[in-house]
Order: sequence, then C-alpha cells, then structure tokens
Amino acid sequence: MSSSQNILVKLNGAGFSLNNKWLVKGVSLQVEKGKIVTLIGPNGSGKSTTAKIALGIYKKIDGSVEKYTSKVGYVPQKISIDWTLPLRVNDFMILTENISNELIDEALSLTGVIHLKDKNLGDLSGGEFQRVLLARAISKKPELLVLDEPVQGVDFTGEIALYELIKKISDELNCGILLISHDLHTVMSATDHVVCLNGHVCCSGSPMDVAKNNEYKALFGEQASQILSRYEHRHDHVHTSEGEIKKN
Amino acid sequence: MLDDFFIRALIAGVGVAIVTGPLGCFVVWRRLSYFGDTLAHSALLGVTLAYSMEFNIAFSVFIISSLIALTLIQLQKRTNLPGDALLGLLAHSSLAIGLVVIGFLSFIRFDIMGLLFGDILAVTVNDLLIIWIGGALILLVLKLIWKPLFASTVNYELAEAEGLNPDRAKAIFTILMAAIIAISIKMVGLLLITGMLIIPAAMARNISSSPQKMVMYSIIGGLLSVILGLFSSLEFNTASGPSIIAASLLLFILSLLNIKQSIKLKN
Repeated sequence: MSSSQNILVKLNGAGFSLNNKWLVKGVSLQVEKGKIVTLIGPNGSGKSTTAKIALGIYKKIDGSVEKYTSKVGYVPQKISIDWTLPLRVNDFMILTENISNELIDEALSLTGVIHLKDKNLGDLSGGEFQRVLLARAISKKPELLVLDEPVQGVDFTGEIALYELIKKISDELNCGILLISHDLHTVMSATDHVVCLNGHVCCSGSPMDVAKNNEYKALFGEQASQILSRYEHRHDHVHTSEGEIKKN
Repeated sequence: MLDDFFIRALIAGVGVAIVTGPLGCFVVWRRLSYFGDTLAHSALLGVTLAYSMEFNIAFSVFIISSLIALTLIQLQKRTNLPGDALLGLLAHSSLAIGLVVIGFLSFIRFDIMGLLFGDILAVTVNDLLIIWIGGALILLVLKLIWKPLFASTVNYELAEAEGLNPDRAKAIFTILMAAIIAISIKMVGLLLITGMLIIPAAMARNISSSPQKMVMYSIIGGLLSVILGLFSSLEFNTASGPSIIAASLLLFILSLLNIKQSIKLKN
C-alpha cells in the first residue's frame, strides 16, 4: 500500500509539555504525499500543539519527529502581525521564499483575493486575511501543507469553495496535508485519515472507521449521525492536573 | 582632501548613515530601541578598556557590546525577570563600571564630552577605514540574513515552520547591532547612537508603504541628517552628534506633515 518513500512527516509517540503540564502526549501519526490527515477534537485537546510539533516549532519534545521534506507551507491558527511594519499583501506572499509574480497571482486568484494584492496587510478584514494566509502557503507549491483552521472567519460560500480548493491542491500538487478543522462534515467527506485528539490520540483511522469507533461515538455522542449539528464532548475518562488519564 | 577634518567627518557620517538606515528599520520593527541603548551604554566600558590597554576603540567596543548582548540572551533564558528590567540592569551596571574605570585612569586625558556626544575633530583616516570596511561587512551580512530575519520579524512561527532558522538570524543580528555601535561611536557619541538608528527609520515609516521603501527612505533620511547636522555643527560650533540627531528630528517632523496631507487627501 503506502511505501515509506511517500512519508513526509512522521510523529512517534510525540508529546509536548509546558510548565509541567502536558499539552499533548503520545501522538503517533504520519502524513503521506497526496493524503489529507485531519486532526479533530475539542478545544484544548492539543491539535495546534500537535501541528507545531510536526512543523518543528516546538523542539523540546517527548518522542520523536521524522521530517522528510523542507518544502513546507503553514497556515497558523493565530497570527499576530506587528503593524509597525509597512507590509503589503505582495510583500507577505514572498515572506519565506522568493516566488515568481505569476505564482503569486495564481495563488491569490485561487483563493479569490487577487484584487487585494497591493493593499496593506493591516487594512484587510479577518476573512480576507485568512484567504491571503492560505494563498501564501500554497503559492510556493509545498510538499507538506499544515493548515490550522484555515477557513476561520471566511464567509459560508467561501468556506465550501476553500475546502474544495484544499482538496484540489492535495490532488494536483500531490502534497500531503495536515488539517485541523472543526467542521466534521468536511472531515468526513474529504479526509483520508482522521486522528481524534483529546490530549492523547483517542482513536484514528479512515473517516468511516472512526465514525464506527466506540471512542469516537463516546466523544461525539448521539450526534455522530448528524455531523453537521453542534457536537458535544463526552468523556469516558478524566484528565488530572498532571495530565494523567483516569478512566471513569 | 582627507587632510581636512570636515571632509573626513562627512565621509565617515555618510558611511555610518548608509548602515544605520537598514539596521534602524529592524530596530523599529523588532522594538529593540532599549536594546540599542543598552549596547550603547556598555560601549563606555569598551572605550575605557581600549584606552587603558591601548587597544583600538571600535574593536574593543565591539567585543564588550557583543559580550553584553550574549549575557542578556543568557539572563533571559535563566531568570524570570522582564526584558526591560534586564536591559536596565545591564545598561546601568556596564555604564557604572565604565565610569569607575575612568576614575582609575586619571593619568589619561579623557574627552568625555566627545565620547558621549561625538566629535568630528577626532575622526582619523584610520576611523574612515573602520567605518567603511566595517559598514560594508555589516551590510553584506545583513543581506545574507535578510530573509529569515525579516520573516521572523513578521511572524516567528511561520519562519521557523518553513525552515528559515530565525534563532540563528536573531543571534547574528545582535552581533551586527554591536558592530554598528562600535563603528559609529566616534561620529555620533554613545548617548545618541540609538537616535541615529531610530529617528531616520521612524521618519521613513511615516512615508513608506513597503519594507523596501522604508529602508531606502531611512538611508536617505540618515544621509540628509548627517550632511545637515555636520554643516550646522561647523557653522554654530556645536557637537556633531546632537547636531545630526536634531537634524533627523527636523526631518521626522516634516514627515508628520506629509501624513496629515495624505489623510486630508483621503477624506
């Protein structure tokens, strides 16, 4: 099935602790070329932390990370940019790599913000900025894309279009995508592999496998069948302040 | 031509301004003005050591300022004190030690005013070589680390995630800061070096729409300040450093007028 040459990044029992508290522990997963791996889980379950471990932003980690590519595109969940910098969208697009004007235009057109190219970054709305962030990440044609809630603040029709775009990019560029999303509908339709996190890996597998999984059902409850509706988090275990897990 | 002290000062000032322009932009972007002050204060210790050991001033200042910068990085890792407290600690203790050492050097005639505020009479041909060769090296290194340094200034995590090694760029930039203070100390004086870094860059921020333009305007602003400042220093017999900084302030005020006009145009 999957040969080891296709692996872009692999986490082996990775964990990260801050101030003696585990943010996430014992995560094993791998992202392969052309595959979309989605992390789901409630707030504070360690999704963004796992993404940052995979990216190498957190260095003092438990376990290990094996990274087989340096062509990475990243859309962080939160980004604070200092406006003492006069920065236009065009300057932002070439922030980490010099790419040609055609590639910049192509990426900005794909995410629907080509008309903002010469605007100051500080003048964009939240949704516009999110589209620019995504355009920047895909413009350099990365092998690995890490998207941490990439469509937050984007309008409803835009959201669907951007998820379609992400799926298309994964097919066209044959790049691996590590996606963090709260939208279970998207997760179930476009993802190859789902990892359900809650400070540790609760369950993982193909969307269908995960949907059938008892722990997933415990997590997402009766509403698992109505994935578009609000989901509630149910615990079969509690987390102590030291980060240990106790079964109920 | 180089026999004339004023020509020497002018050449030195132009060299300094070309380098402080881009470095000053990073000082403003990264909010490092107090860091610059700290390094400048510690420069006094470097100068006194240079006098007592009959060592080159620029080189000695560079070494001491780099040591102070490295000490700061270590203290930041090992203590829970806030950054500004650590900067104050290092700035004033190194200044104090410098002044104490001066006390021991009573046998040397010391132009302390020249040291604090710059002295155009003191610029030698040797200093010109240090400024221009040192300045060229600083700009070359800055060009090499521009991408990672700029990207991490915008967002550290993006730079780190996409493989640019921002920590290394930051460490190298710290050394460049020590180097610019070392080469510009004779021109501007150690109390006013940070002004030379910040004010032209702040002026440039007011009138520029992209980082490249800001660097360019910052250099132009610095050059104008040096030329204007030095001529008025000659004319009114004032210290070179304060004259240059006052000239840059004038340009800054002019740049504010420009903002008001453009806001009016928008409305």
